[in-house]
Amino acid sequence: MSTPYAKLPAWADYGLIPLINLSVAFIVAGFVVMLVGENPFRAAVILVEGAFGKGTGIAFTLFYATTFIFTGLSVAVAAHCSLFNIGTEGQAYIGGLGIALVCLSFDSVLPWWVIFPIAIVAAAVFGALWGFIPAYLQAKRGSHIVITTIMFNFIAASVMVYLLVGPLKPAGSQAPQTRNFLAGAELPKLNWIIELFGAKIRSAPLNICFLLALVMAFLVWLLIWRTKLGYEMRTYGHSPKAARYAGISETRIILTAMMISGALAGMMALNPVMGDQHNVAIDFVSGAGYVGIAVALMGRLHPVGIVLAAILFGMLYQGGAELAFEMPAISRDMIVIIQGLVILFAGALEHMFRPYIQAVFASFSPKAVGIEAVKGKGA
Amino acid sequence: MAQAAIELIGINKSFGAVRANRDINLEVARGTIHGIVGENGAGKSTLMSILYGFYQADSGEIRVGGKPVSISTSNDAIALGIGMVHQHFMLVDNFTVLENVILGAENDALLKSSIAKARSELERLEREYGLEVEPDAVIEELPVGLQQRVEILKALYRGAEILILDEPTGVLTPAEADHLFRILKQLKEQGKTVVLITHKLREIMAITDTVSVMRQGTMVATRVTKETTVGELAELMVGRRVLLRVEKGQSEAGAIKLSVKNLTVKDQRGVTMVDDVSFDVRGGEIVGIAGVAGNGQSELLEAISGIRHAVSGEVMLEGKPVDLTGKADPGELRDRGLAHVPEDRHHVGLVLAFEENENSILGYHDDERYLKGPFLNVDAIMADAKDKIEKYDIRPGNPRLRTANFSGGNQQKIVLAREMEQDPGVLIVGQPTRGVDVGAIEFIHKRLIAMRDQGKAVLVVSVELDEIRSLSDRILVMFAGRIVGERGPDATEGELGLLMAGVEHQEAAE
Ligand SMILES: Nc1ncnc2c1ncn2[C@@H]1O[C@H](COP(=O)(O)OP(=O)(O)OP(=O)(O)O)[C@@H](O)[C@H]1O
Ligand SMILES: [Mg+2]
Repeated sequence: MSTPYAKLPAWADYGLIPLINLSVAFIVAGFVVMLVGENPFRAAVILVEGAFGKGTGIAFTLFYATTFIFTGLSVAVAAHCSLFNIGTEGQAYIGGLGIALVCLSFDSVLPWWVIFPIAIVAAAVFGALWGFIPAYLQAKRGSHIVITTIMFNFIAASVMVYLLVGPLKPAGSQAPQTRNFLAGAELPKLNWIIELFGAKIRSAPLNICFLLALVMAFLVWLLIWRTKLGYEMRTYGHSPKAARYAGISETRIILTAMMISGALAGMMALNPVMGDQHNVAIDFVSGAGYVGIAVALMGRLHPVGIVLAAILFGMLYQGGAELAFEMPAISRDMIVIIQGLVILFAGALEHMFRPYIQAVFASFSPKAVGIEAVKGKGA
Repeated sequence: MAQAAIELIGINKSFGAVRANRDINLEVARGTIHGIVGENGAGKSTLMSILYGFYQADSGEIRVGGKPVSISTSNDAIALGIGMVHQHFMLVDNFTVLENVILGAENDALLKSSIAKARSELERLEREYGLEVEPDAVIEELPVGLQQRVEILKALYRGAEILILDEPTGVLTPAEADHLFRILKQLKEQGKTVVLITHKLREIMAITDTVSVMRQGTMVATRVTKETTVGELAELMVGRRVLLRVEKGQSEAGAIKLSVKNLTVKDQRGVTMVDDVSFDVRGGEIVGIAGVAGNGQSELLEAISGIRHAVSGEVMLEGKPVDLTGKADPGELRDRGLAHVPEDRHHVGLVLAFEENENSILGYHDDERYLKGPFLNVDAIMADAKDKIEKYDIRPGNPRLRTANFSGGNQQKIVLAREMEQDPGVLIVGQPTRGVDVGAIEFIHKRLIAMRDQGKAVLVVSVELDEIRSLSDRILVMFAGRIVGERGPDATEGELGLLMAGVEHQEAAE
């Protein structure tokens, strides 16, 4: 047999299609901007300048991107095992709890470079545990992971509210958050790197978690395409029957994949908690877990794509804030709409333009279609 | 001279470096059955996919009914009266026959009026061509033979004058295949044109008017069926003489390597599929299990290989017990020297989305040879894959190619190479040559016999009687979940046929 397979060359698959999707998202967003009576071109300039124009903007963009790299990787690892982890949000939140416990215990006695590794482990372990329970329910009881992970987001939120208005709140404080960490739990900033290039930075939260995120992206690539475990996850992800045939235990692979996914989600909390706010406050994740789904989809579940998509979303966050500030007619909600459009076109409707592009390719260069793109191996 | 229904002139099609079709010329006369044969990967499916609008030819011309046409989607093909029945059915499992037939051809806003019209049209078609299927039956409850009829009905419903069938009998029982051929003859009598791709040369001889032979992307010959022979066709396909029945020496059966006692297996619905089955396979012999598809052979294989849990029974592998009722898993059995070529290579034996080299270690990915600590040893895996590609002549010989892009026969070779090269003590094989060309059948049969001669125990399940008879040293016949008889390799086809139909079984009970 041969199921006909039209395949695009890698550059079209990973470059052209996302670019077209993005352009459409921005064109539609442009109309929305016009509707509220602003000039879409000026808005676009403000957005891009806000994100990349000045050193501070760049630092903020990369700070947000760091968060999204972690959540994007988390979603991607589970997705390679055909598990749709919607629980990144809650796993990150609980990861923050792990960090809080470490920082509150040691910040007065240890320096940051000792606390940081302990906090990484704590964040990962707490996130992994929060991923473990839905995974266990899926593997042993058949409860669908999409449903359980959503439920666990709510449970995480409730648990954290309880802790942050109760046990973790300093006596006498009005704010639902932990006390501020001491210097021992503050991570070094990376702004000096951007300053090397001559830009001036007022104050921005970009910190060494950005480097950690890049290291994790590389490790995820190694895991998925170069380890036995990744091979087993992909086998199960493509065909549970083939995995059974190959002697891969369904329970073990689901538990492992979800725990790695949860660990990555938990590590996301390091960036805002230790790198920026220096405390754990209510709702500090604020939707980054859900953005991770869009980032993973847009990045085609490949770490390189995820880093790029995360930077794009970082730009939308940072540039969007700038835009809301400069153009009063454009409110914060409008920015959310623009982000929503990007998610819609780049994530949900990812395949909308694909058939047409394939048809165009087929008519121009029939030979190009049909060759297998060297798929996602990065090497 | 009948007018040509289809003419293909100078068709070329490449996939990267692979030239799947080169300068193909083909003329199919109206109202005839035209066969296309050729080795795996010869380009048959590609050529038909071009005609049906799945692929675009790089160059060349297509004429339908004498007029040059351009076919860029399957809708174009349908509009020109071309219908195709794929080897893998494209039906919605939980829809009824009627719903499947009208899917995509609903022409009213309200489904109800479409359905009423469709029902009467469908009934007319069924009567006219002897394609009896219950219009309200749900697809997943129909046997494959009937599902295939639904595919044919779909094409006819859309006004097909030319019907392309790509390996339609690969999944059918002999009786179902006979029925299909009666339908095709009826279609021909009504003036329709049929193009039939198959690897079974007997079918070509039985039903086609003309036959074309492809080899490595080219069209090497077209013959009037009556004036050719199976031997000539096989030789044209492969470019050398082919042994249609592999010779083998006397078997020297040794110790019992696989022993099955009182094995009972149920399917998901709790129906007993394997009922108290016992047999032994010794080293140095090939035991064949014959039977009409669906009589428990699949479940038997799945249970012995640990994929499906058995209800009860005792199994010994190389003299040591295996707990098939719960604990055994395929990985452990593999470690203990049991290799398994599953019947369903697409969903079980291979991950189609993987590269060839990744599939060449499936199930053996735990093996130290392929690992460096927790990491895959990519160099070793590649070298190993290249080695197998060479030994088993897998084409195209590119271990980085996606497995879905190999032709059916070559996919089968990927699985066989992987399992045989592990040097197992016991090899169990389901449908060893389904969808495989004559040259490759010869090759696979020789390999299986070589395994036997090395003293391995080989268990083969096949719905092809010819295959069972030419390979086996002992033949077990399965009917309704039980083993109803054992025969030697010289049993006649008629004798086995009766056993397979359960005839003698009933007589014995009387
Ligand atoms: N989409 C594709 N991309 C790359 N190569 C392909 C693709 N489809 C087919 N091929 C290659 O083209 C050649 C012809 O394949 P085709 O499926 O037409 O063979 P076939 O004659 O139908 O074989 P079989 O009898 O095994 O079904 C093969 O070498 C196959 O690997
Ligand atoms: Mg084919």
